[in-house]
Amino acid sequence: MTSILIRGAQRFGTESVDILVDDGVIAEVGVVTGTADRTIDAAGLVALPGLVDLHTHLREPGGEGAETILSGSRAAAAGGFTAVHAMANTSPVADTATVVERVFDRGIEAGFVEVRPIGAVTRNLDGEQLADIGAMAASRARVTVFSDDGKCIGDSLLMRRALEYVATFGGVIAQHAQDPRLTLGAQMNEGGVSAELGLGGWPRVAEDSIIARDVLLAESVGARLHVCHLSTAGAVDVVRWAKKRGIAVTAEVTPHHLLLTDESVRGYSPLFKVNPPLRTADDVEAVRAGVADGTIDIVATDHAPHSAATKDCTWSDAAFGMVGLESALSIVQATLVDTGHVTWQDVSRLLSVTPAAIGQVAGYNAPLTVGTPANITLVDPAHRGVWGTDRLAGGSRNTPFSGIELPGRVVSTIFRGTETVIDGVVVDEVRTS
Amino acid sequence: MKHLISTRDLTREQAISLLDTTADMLEVRGRDVKKLPTLRGKTVANVFFEDSTRTRLSFEAAALALSADVSTFTAAGSSVSKGESLKDTLQTLEAMGADFVVLRHAHSGVAETVANSGWIDAHVINAGDGTHEHPTQALLDTFTMRSRLRGADARGSGLDGIDVTIVGDILHSRVARSNVWLLNTLGARVTLVAPKTLIPADVSAWGVSTALTLDDALESNPDVVMTLRIQKERMTSGFFPSESEYSRFWGMTTQRLARLKDSTIVMHPGPMNRGLEIAGAVADSPQSTVTEQVANGVAARMAVLYTLTGAES
Amino acid sequence: MARIVLTKPDIDRALTRIGHEIVESQRGKTGLVFLGIPTRGVFLARRLAEIVESIQPQDIAVGTLDVTMYRDDIQQKSTRATAPTDIPAAGIDGTTVILVDDVLFSGRTVRAALDAITALGRPDTVRFAVLVDRGHRELPIRADFVGKNLPSSVDERVNVCLSEIDDTDEVSIA
Repeated sequence: MTSILIRGAQRFGTESVDILVDDGVIAEVGVVTGTADRTIDAAGLVALPGLVDLHTHLREPGGEGAETILSGSRAAAAGGFTAVHAMANTSPVADTATVVERVFDRGIEAGFVEVRPIGAVTRNLDGEQLADIGAMAASRARVTVFSDDGKCIGDSLLMRRALEYVATFGGVIAQHAQDPRLTLGAQMNEGGVSAELGLGGWPRVAEDSIIARDVLLAESVGARLHVCHLSTAGAVDVVRWAKKRGIAVTAEVTPHHLLLTDESVRGYSPLFKVNPPLRTADDVEAVRAGVADGTIDIVATDHAPHSAATKDCTWSDAAFGMVGLESALSIVQATLVDTGHVTWQDVSRLLSVTPAAIGQVAGYNAPLTVGTPANITLVDPAHRGVWGTDRLAGGSRNTPFSGIELPGRVVSTIFRGTETVIDGVVVDEVRTS
Repeated sequence: MKHLISTRDLTREQAISLLDTTADMLEVRGRDVKKLPTLRGKTVANVFFEDSTRTRLSFEAAALALSADVSTFTAAGSSVSKGESLKDTLQTLEAMGADFVVLRHAHSGVAETVANSGWIDAHVINAGDGTHEHPTQALLDTFTMRSRLRGADARGSGLDGIDVTIVGDILHSRVARSNVWLLNTLGARVTLVAPKTLIPADVSAWGVSTALTLDDALESNPDVVMTLRIQKERMTSGFFPSESEYSRFWGMTTQRLARLKDSTIVMHPGPMNRGLEIAGAVADSPQSTVTEQVANGVAARMAVLYTLTGAES
Repeated sequence: MARIVLTKPDIDRALTRIGHEIVESQRGKTGLVFLGIPTRGVFLARRLAEIVESIQPQDIAVGTLDVTMYRDDIQQKSTRATAPTDIPAAGIDGTTVILVDDVLFSGRTVRAALDAITALGRPDTVRFAVLVDRGHRELPIRADFVGKNLPSSVDERVNVCLSEIDDTDEVSIA
């Protein structure tokens, strides 16, 4: 296996170190005197552990027109990720061991990142009957995260049972918090902008009330709960309260909810149609503060590729979702690092250590230390550039950030000792020995 | 002006000019020869993805009065039901030679998307998009107000100082939205009246006052009471309990009409639910402008077609 | 630099002469309708009607005729504002219509006016009076009554001011 010497990188954005990668693990950290097969001049670059996304839609099987496990893995590598969790809302739904093993195997074949399948909580995401949770947990894919994402488990009794049953196998439920009845016909955040645009409102209380119910259910049955894509100021308060009370809850926020507001919806561009919807400036401030004070544990992309046909259309006909793997780190830098909310050390926690812990992904608990698997991301924080679809590496083009000047650029991604991104470009093929 | 999508896009000067042109078009409607040669050789495509016989006929009459060729496309039984996308449908119509697309759609924002998407080059006129806007309705409504309230002095004027009360399902009403923006531009004061279930969550940026019952709003003796059509299915989805209760608190009844000054006009965009949002006797009273609104609608749409015709300056 | 070509006395004299020519052309026939083309043709029509009534007392109807929507350049030029049309209550059937405008140039306005008149009724005769004829016709049209023939180059501007809206009476060229 090719050995790689990273020269002079700022580990977690602080001290400058050399990192020697050999045989897929980090062999030396500090001042490295020897040489390697490849040397990367990392002066001015920040070294982070390989990023882990807990919320990725890879669309395969069934949605290959928008993304495949291979194309989504390439998008992930471009964004500095070395592990992603593939959401269950595929076609067929990932509700059996067969489907999750297929996804798992395809991830290994692609070879760009570790693909961890998420299993559905209910069969066919219908919210009525539990999926084969135990079989998925015991499968080759070792599923630990279960989610009906895209749909909320609205039935309180079923949610209680699901929390208990998943806990039996040591997993966690990642809930898409959206009261279905309160969001009938919802198209965007309910507020001043929806009032003007005449689009159906998605009230914040529909998110907050489900999270409030779920943390209490989790507490009552002694289970873990993960809150997907938290987007409101009220939800931050609820989670903050729950944590203070000692409830085992973790929460994620997406990059787009850290940056964009419902003002973007004026003009009806389907690129800004997402679920949960873009909220208000107050909510953006609240989720940033929630990340800063630890209420929100991780940033996850909710990378949701959609083919051109489902976005080059009217707002109402368009699908919900935006791609986010490639832009995640830039958005995090712009909204959290450059604003002083968090340090690069925190970024390492928010985008690697903690999501890996929630998803029980091995090899991420002691980042950038000797002996750990060589999952490394080098980012140039001084880079400034106008975002555009030319920065995308996946199968779809639906980024909402085009035209925005964003900081930061992933220069290099190393996955288990192999370079998947070299000089900012995703390699054609991952060659492992 | 290339398209008419929203009354928000109109400056005060453009709005007044459209109202003045409407007056001139109305005069033409009274001539022996009611036709103008203005749009000779042009094709107006009425593209209605949502049924609205009144609006469609009004646009057809307007286009014909300006000597345009008219082609009408309605969604029922069309290629849309065969799964063709809106983009393909519109490009097909343009390939057949449409210079104007008059677009009606059940979803908000469709007209704006079509105008800005680059799918077609034609002028786009929003003939009602979902619960967003219905700008030609607002033009005919404000024209009706101005003619009734200002009479011979109407030309060149706005609606400065006029008090307008709009009552009904504001939440779902494109007519209300287009009227609010245009009335603001023209200097009128607007009060919206509805139960809290039928007022949007946040209207703080609308520049309007709100009232909860019609009686509260009528205290201020408005110059105009605009009633909106209420969809009866709102009753079954919990917006209000019954027809009688709606009529009791928000209906324009004869008793309420009697409390208003004689010069106050009562409007309704049609089609009316007589006895629900407006009493039959009120609709037929001299203070009602219901039929006038229909006649003014053709002239207002002629004015819009004419105004959009000129080359971009 | 604008050059004044007609002063107020010049305009008054020209209109008086046109008035006499109109009376002469009437040959005793009544039923004159003066239709001014907005904007300044409207004021000229009113002035001429008064002059004609003072020369030969009679009932003259005065109205305005907006020709904007009959123009042949609507789709080429940016949109012009329309103006009101005001036809005498008795209509124009069987009358002698005197169309009045301030400047005769390409002839296209008059052509549009003739179409507009056709939509309004059927006069016995239509005549055309103009304060200034500046030449450069693009259509086979000529005026019956001309205040002043004013040779000009195509790119010059002839500017008519009338006291009713411009504070002063004068015609200038620039």
